[in-house]
Amino acid sequence: MTVQLIVFLPLLAAIVAGLGNRMIGNFAAKLVTTGALFVSLALSWPIFLGFMAGTEHSQLHPVLAWIHSGDLHVDWALRVDALTSVMLVVVTTVSALVHLYSWGYMAEDDSQPRFFAYLSLFTFAMLMLVTADNLVQMFFGWEGVGLASYLLIGFWYYKPSANAAAMKAFIVNRVGDFGFSLGIFGTFLVFGTVSIPAILAAAPGMAGSTIGFLGHRADTMTLLCILLFIGAMGKSAQLGLHTWLPDAMEGPTPVSALIHAATMVTAGVFMVCRLSPMFETSATATGLVIFVGAATALFAATVGTVQNDIKRVIAYSTCSQLGYMFMAAGVGAYGAAMFHLFTHAFFKALLFLGAGSVIHAMHHEQDMRFYGGLRKQIPLTFWAMMAGTLAITGVGVEGVFGFAGFYSKDAIIEAAYAHGSTLGGFAFAVGVFAALLTSFYSWRLIFLTFFGKPRWAASEHIQHALHDAHGEHHDERPDAEDAGHDTRPHEAHADEIPTGTGGYHPHESPWTMLVPLGLLSIGAIFAGMVFAHWFIEPESAPHFWAGSLAFSHELAERAHQAPLLVKLAPAIVMIIGFLIALQAYVRSTDMPRRFVEQFGLLYAFLYNKWYFDEAYDVLFVRPAVWLGRLFWKKGDEGTIDRFGPDGAAAIVRGGNVLTARLQTGYLYTYALVMLLGLAAAVTWVMAR
Amino acid sequence: MTGVPILSILLAVPMLGAVACLLVPAGAARWIALGATLLDLLLGILLWSQYQIGGPQWQFVEYSRAFGPFAWALGIDGIALMLIMLSLFLMPICILASWESVTRRVPEYMAAFLAMETMMLGVFMAQDIFLFYIFFEAGLIPMYLIIGIWGGAERIYASYKFFLYTLLGSVLMLIAMLWMVNFTGGDTYIPHLLATDFPRQAQTWLWLAFFASFAVKMPMWPVHTWLPDAHVQAPTAGSVILAGVLLKLGGYGFVRFSLPMFPEASAQLVWIVFGLSLVAIVYTSLVALVQRDMKKLIAYSSVAHMAFVTIGIFTFNRQGIEGALVVMLSHGLVSGALFLCVGVIYDRLHTREIDRYGGLSNNMPAYAVLFLLFTMASVGLPGTGGFVGEFLALIGSYRASSLVAFVATTGIILGAAYMLYLYWRVAYGTSRNADAAAMPDLTLRELVSLGSIAAVVLWMGVYPESFLAPMRQDVGLLLARVERAAPPGDAALVRSAHAAPAPAEGAHH
Repeated sequence: MTVQLIVFLPLLAAIVAGLGNRMIGNFAAKLVTTGALFVSLALSWPIFLGFMAGTEHSQLHPVLAWIHSGDLHVDWALRVDALTSVMLVVVTTVSALVHLYSWGYMAEDDSQPRFFAYLSLFTFAMLMLVTADNLVQMFFGWEGVGLASYLLIGFWYYKPSANAAAMKAFIVNRVGDFGFSLGIFGTFLVFGTVSIPAILAAAPGMAGSTIGFLGHRADTMTLLCILLFIGAMGKSAQLGLHTWLPDAMEGPTPVSALIHAATMVTAGVFMVCRLSPMFETSATATGLVIFVGAATALFAATVGTVQNDIKRVIAYSTCSQLGYMFMAAGVGAYGAAMFHLFTHAFFKALLFLGAGSVIHAMHHEQDMRFYGGLRKQIPLTFWAMMAGTLAITGVGVEGVFGFAGFYSKDAIIEAAYAHGSTLGGFAFAVGVFAALLTSFYSWRLIFLTFFGKPRWAASEHIQHALHDAHGEHHDERPDAEDAGHDTRPHEAHADEIPTGTGGYHPHESPWTMLVPLGLLSIGAIFAGMVFAHWFIEPESAPHFWAGSLAFSHELAERAHQAPLLVKLAPAIVMIIGFLIALQAYVRSTDMPRRFVEQFGLLYAFLYNKWYFDEAYDVLFVRPAVWLGRLFWKKGDEGTIDRFGPDGAAAIVRGGNVLTARLQTGYLYTYALVMLLGLAAAVTWVMAR
Repeated sequence: MTGVPILSILLAVPMLGAVACLLVPAGAARWIALGATLLDLLLGILLWSQYQIGGPQWQFVEYSRAFGPFAWALGIDGIALMLIMLSLFLMPICILASWESVTRRVPEYMAAFLAMETMMLGVFMAQDIFLFYIFFEAGLIPMYLIIGIWGGAERIYASYKFFLYTLLGSVLMLIAMLWMVNFTGGDTYIPHLLATDFPRQAQTWLWLAFFASFAVKMPMWPVHTWLPDAHVQAPTAGSVILAGVLLKLGGYGFVRFSLPMFPEASAQLVWIVFGLSLVAIVYTSLVALVQRDMKKLIAYSSVAHMAFVTIGIFTFNRQGIEGALVVMLSHGLVSGALFLCVGVIYDRLHTREIDRYGGLSNNMPAYAVLFLLFTMASVGLPGTGGFVGEFLALIGSYRASSLVAFVATTGIILGAAYMLYLYWRVAYGTSRNADAAAMPDLTLRELVSLGSIAAVVLWMGVYPESFLAPMRQDVGLLLARVERAAPPGDAALVRSAHAAPAPAEGAHH
């Protein structure tokens, strides 16, 4: 019953808040949804702790029959094993805290019940995803979180940019779903079932078999894994299908923290780990996972170094960290992948909520060039962000203490090294280099935001706030005209923006926002040290995972015994990244400008995100619209109608008598033809 | 229940209602029409409750040679039952949708609708091939009148197109039927024809003749161009019935005639069906993407959705066929509901131009929620009926051909693109026009109509077993009939000789 409560309480709350909406009012809606989530949270942790203690065992709770068609049997059911229990605590914890945080963050919004209903709906879908016993229910959750993400990105639906971002997120994810769907179809064809345990049990026996696909022969397991992985790439914003994630920052910041950092975007990683015995049967598929993961980690980290919008920096950071997780999964270190997913959920949610607190304090200004010196004004937010930054950059000393990322990210880099293959070496090199970039952009964010002199006066949002100060009620919603970023020169650098507070006084956020920051800080600081034992230690982890993912004891052992230089590499590059950021953004603040002047092209390439959006627009969006017009005007109207019905009419018009009859009463003609036909039929039958 | 000719009663109620409507003024005609359709729906629910799942193939059979050469032969199987329920369910909603929007010649309008209900139900019940033909063709006459009399400005052109396409197909089908009856020595009883093995050579021609008729009704590319025009010109309720039920006649025809009567020809000519369907999915989805008229957009999306039905039916496997049937049911509900959604705002602003709307979430929140639900059902979101059908049809198509599945699955991307783009322009954004921003939210009448469809769409998505169970045995019988001809898929799984999992490079054991 516990599991059912965990999963269905959020759904119930979403329905109550969503349908009740204005009837029940803001407070009731917030109370119901947040309350339900805290109950789910309280019920989830004991399950997770039970698995850690070894007292819990894998369990399956059937709910309802779903789709039965011949040998295809799909039922609603909730499966809980160690892997699921990790996701349960991640999802319910972050979601509950984000619900609470939103009390403060969304306090002045006028559709709060709708917001909280969406948040709870999202949580329900995510829980369905992680408890899925078959691929189709996983797909249900997969699409459900996609829907919630669409609704929440477009929450401020009067903003054109938010609508565009919401639609883009849904459609790019659908491209991934295209692969996922074909993967499910193919899996059913090969295994005759969509039940995950049954597929995983049968997968090794299928290794080496071949199957026809689009007129070619393909290795069965490689094909299936790649198709499924395309789904994971869409949901987890991997290179090629990543373009929606930065745009998704149009949604309210709590949404970014919950969906686009801690939970939904990690669904792809979860899927690969869940199906790890399947992926293990194809070296080609895992090779692809390594490659895509590494490429994404590198790409996103490079782009993250030059962005000015605080949320976009964190978004690219998320993209990059997801790349790390796939790298880990690809090399076979599924425990490390899940461990990074787990720690990342805490510190990335923390960074996003911290950024939200900064944005809240800065009256919806998101451009870091207009921040500066905020350390004194919002000290609690500052320290929370520091905890998050120490965690993501992986600060720690082997054997003594480290922040969360120290354990999980280093485990990935070591595993890539221990993999021993060329691709593993590539992943190792990328992992180390991306760690340098991670350190750089993370500290850049801290320095630009909290250090130096205030540069607030030049911000339009702040100006807005100052002028509105005497108004009774100012609209907290970032409205369309106020999106302002485009009007400013892209090339402006922090050192060129006039300093000054403009008389503005940022306020620290209310307790509803600070409490989640505090709790997540605890997670960011300790989650790595406390849980490493169960997630990745070669001796203890196999007992914890208990077969719920393919844990390679041997790989973990080798990673453990990696050379000292390999182990120190992340720490060394982390310090280098920190020093560069310190030099560029605290000591000599005109350095970035000089860099841009010298490497203008490189900067433009990075600033414009490697021109992916532009390329996709030319390659897909425009041709689709062009083809649509062509088919419509030239195909339907210009060809089919012209030579079809219109042509027939023209011919008929030639013979006058027929025309008259057709024009005046073709209805009667029709009835007549039908009756004549029938009469003929009847006569024929009778005459026999 | 034995002895009560419930099928005849189901046919008689709307027909009597139609006659009654013609005798009374407008106000009373509305109530008579609503009463008759609701009564028929209640009878339908009774029918469903009495239907024995796993019982005889044909139930509630009636047979009387009262009409000379062909018989008044009625009877239903599970497939027919589900489509009858769909028709019965949509009819009262159509009457409600016309409650205020139709003001001209109301008694005639209501009579036309009720007559059409009888004809549509007759198609699904008929067990005599000529009786089937009469219902099949005569059902179009009321629709023809509805478009031609109560339609929009271009109604004459639209009904002309409608007429021309349908006529061509019907004539060919009639000739084929005559040949078949002649071949069997005058037997017009459909269950007998279903058991007849027609010669291979003849099958091809018969199949093509039936195909001509059913392809137009579906409609399949390239004989689809009558549909956007017909929808655009038809009044709201006309569109609902057109999309909800009339488009299903083609699919029903394929399942009832083409596939079981001509299995070899079906297998031989399956490439035509797959080819045209795949073109339809990509082509009409792209066309839908650039439409400015709401009804045209949804009409084009219907063509794409119907292509899933044709693909599913001709997969020759259970998932494909059951999927196709569920797509028929769910599309009937969802596209009907989408046309109702268009009707709701058309009634208020009298334009279908997408650009005239915008930001309706502000002033019509309940409308925005329901419209979103149907949009999501249309793009096949799991949890709605749209998913179950599409998923089964596609999984079946993969068994038949990976290429077909590959191309057809692109429909889930394109479908999302045009539907979400529509939703964005209508419900999101800021209001572009003061009159659109001043539109009131749903009335109780509209809320009941859309809400009841929404409930069934979700029911079908969460527990489709209610709808699959009655059809299961009949699909099995169909499969037993056609499996001798079923073409092999292209998967051809070859297991390795020594099934040793030996990943060469990158292994770590």
